[in-house]
Amino acid sequence: MEAMTMSQTVDPGAAAAGKIVKMSSRGTKVFYGEKRALHGIDVDIYRNEVLALIGPSGCGKSTFLRTLNRMNDTIDICRVEGKLMLDDQDIYDPKLDVVQLRARVGMVFQKPNPFPKSIYENIIYGPKLHGLATRKDEFDAIVEASLQRAGLWNEVKDRLLEPGTGLSGGQQQRLCIARAIAVSPEVILMDEPCSALDPIATAHIEELIDELRENFTIVIVTHNMQQAARVSQRTAFFHLGDLVEVGETEDIFTNPRDERTQGYITGRYG
Amino acid sequence: MTDIVANPIAANTGFHRTEAAEKRLRRRYAAEQRFKIYGIIAITLAIGMLVLLLFTILRNGVTAFQQTAIQLEVTLDPAVIDPKGTGNPADWDRAAFQDLVHDALYKEFPDVSRGDRRELRRMISPVAGVFLGNQVLKDPSMLGQTVSVWLPASDPINQIVKGRIDRELPEANRPVSDQQLAWLDQLRERGDSKTIFNSTFFTASDSNYPELAGLWGSVVGSIFTLAVTLVLALPIGVAAAVYLEEFAPKNKFTDLIEVNINNLAAVPSIVFGLLGLAVFLNFFGMPRSAPLVGGMVIALMSLPTIIIASRAALKAVPPSIREAALGMGASKLQTVWHHVLPLAMPGILTGTIIAMAQALGETAPLLMIGMNAFVTAPPTGLLSSSSVLPVQIYIWADAPERGFVELTSAAIMILLIFLITMNGIAIYLRKKFERRW
Ligand SMILES: Nc1ncnc2c1ncn2[C@@H]1O[C@H](COP(=O)(O)OP(=O)(O)OP(=O)(O)O)[C@@H](O)[C@H]1O
Ligand SMILES: [Mg+2]
Repeated sequence: MEAMTMSQTVDPGAAAAGKIVKMSSRGTKVFYGEKRALHGIDVDIYRNEVLALIGPSGCGKSTFLRTLNRMNDTIDICRVEGKLMLDDQDIYDPKLDVVQLRARVGMVFQKPNPFPKSIYENIIYGPKLHGLATRKDEFDAIVEASLQRAGLWNEVKDRLLEPGTGLSGGQQQRLCIARAIAVSPEVILMDEPCSALDPIATAHIEELIDELRENFTIVIVTHNMQQAARVSQRTAFFHLGDLVEVGETEDIFTNPRDERTQGYITGRYG
Repeated sequence: MTDIVANPIAANTGFHRTEAAEKRLRRRYAAEQRFKIYGIIAITLAIGMLVLLLFTILRNGVTAFQQTAIQLEVTLDPAVIDPKGTGNPADWDRAAFQDLVHDALYKEFPDVSRGDRRELRRMISPVAGVFLGNQVLKDPSMLGQTVSVWLPASDPINQIVKGRIDRELPEANRPVSDQQLAWLDQLRERGDSKTIFNSTFFTASDSNYPELAGLWGSVVGSIFTLAVTLVLALPIGVAAAVYLEEFAPKNKFTDLIEVNINNLAAVPSIVFGLLGLAVFLNFFGMPRSAPLVGGMVIALMSLPTIIIASRAALKAVPPSIREAALGMGASKLQTVWHHVLPLAMPGILTGTIIAMAQALGETAPLLMIGMNAFVTAPPTGLLSSSSVLPVQIYIWADAPERGFVELTSAAIMILLIFLITMNGIAIYLRKKFERRW
């Protein structure tokens, strides 16, 4: 059974297409106390691609996402087994520096959570922390570049010193994205980044994700099938802690191999 | 019966419009009405008590801010004041001033016989010479001249003028004789007696004479003591709260610590006083009555309050802020230091101010370490003997002289003003920084 899941989930076509593996997971199991939330996840995440994680509520999408930058460490009862790699580095190697890992693997959360400080300070917090810049003009450049990338520059360039919490929800989320890319990460993890936003803000962020793909590798959790179809190149379907199926987004949506996947995307449950 | 079981909801159609239902509704309204009335009665009672308390204090205390004074023409004879003739105030005969005051009084009433002079002397405060001496010290050019000065009347006269002693009482029942009353009326007629603002109350320290007693010494003592408390309790309390809330593993041991901290907050303050007596004074041999020791004892007492308030403030910082910082690659310490603590600070400060207000009113533990000493000067350092506001009130409340009754109430008013100010600051901080995220 274990072996079968494995052969199903690792996407055979992709490796052949000459894509570079940025992150990979082999047999990842996550426990919350005694309860197992993930039953062994095998998946590769390719560079400069968007991988969408879909699946019904409570199936472990967020849990998996958070193992990728060890945000699970903050939960006392959480335990992770398996092998997770970033390039050729073991993420759960005890010698690995979590701070550096999180600088390389950034995260955008479901609810926009800017710091209750100015927009400017929100952006430079990460660069300052990691010593990316030291001079004022360097910081200024980072702020402008990140906000440009996040498509927020024109809206806020005159109010950089106003609090980030004073922006609208969609602007706040873009600020969080700008904040994440300001530290020049290699991978960006997004947990339902649009769930609190209206369709226009959502479209804005989807566009942004597509652009960001040029420079970053992105993993996005979404409950919105259309969104997964629009922004991702590959899609992984989770169900009850199992990774049921992963493949080219188009294949998953037009020609799912597993009937659970089919049931979910056609809206029979979830 | 069977169809009720089969469909209990359908069977109840129209249930809410039956008479029984309406009766239930009326009963419910009546119960709510009754409860509201209980609440209003309770609040009225509470407010009534408070008003009564404040009114009593005010009525007893306002007169303390006034002092009856008598105007006298005092001849400041250098030969009497400075018998050594050095011109150095340190060599002055301080007791001579009182004699000069008496001489001036005799001149005011030239026809009083020698035998009645004793009674006449009791019109003026026995420490009027101290006031006179202070005035001359401030302006030595007065020496050798005859000046007209306002000097405090004696306590009984003061109380009569302010109406705190009824002059209609039979002579045997009041501390002022008919003769003295007559003199007083004469003085008043001539405009040589009036009530003036009692600035001594704010500038002097404790004294055996109510007209010479003031709060300044104990206010300074309270400030010193609270400063020690703040410097010790705030950093220790916040550090403990941050550790327990953000870093400590959640296990049986930390649970035990938490329960114990909560219990410590309820320990009677006198116990802390005994602890201070046993540990700081007897074991470490620290000085008695010192603001340093008082501050340390009260710091022990305030710690649980500050820790509990700080933990609540830290808990109120939304986890999303922590996640944001951690997600940016901040370490746990950086997350706390850069984000959580600044956001929790208003709450922590509010808790601290309330703890300080509590500490300001604390009396029992300070009595245990000897802060009820009779101290006539403000403390000059953390180790010098000192009193504090509430202890001063306690001492005055015990004093036999009539004048201390009004001083006690006035001191309570000052203490309440300090407390209200501190709580006001706490409320202001809380309102100002409420939920910024
Ligand atoms: N902190 C936690 N402590 C205990 N159990 C948890 C914790 N977080 C998640 N779980 C459990 O792990 C399982 C997976 O949760 P997860 O949050 O990963 O689901 P999800 O796929 O992200 O769901 P959703 O779409 O609703 O966000 C759930 O059964 C959940 O109850
Ligand atoms: Mg989730």
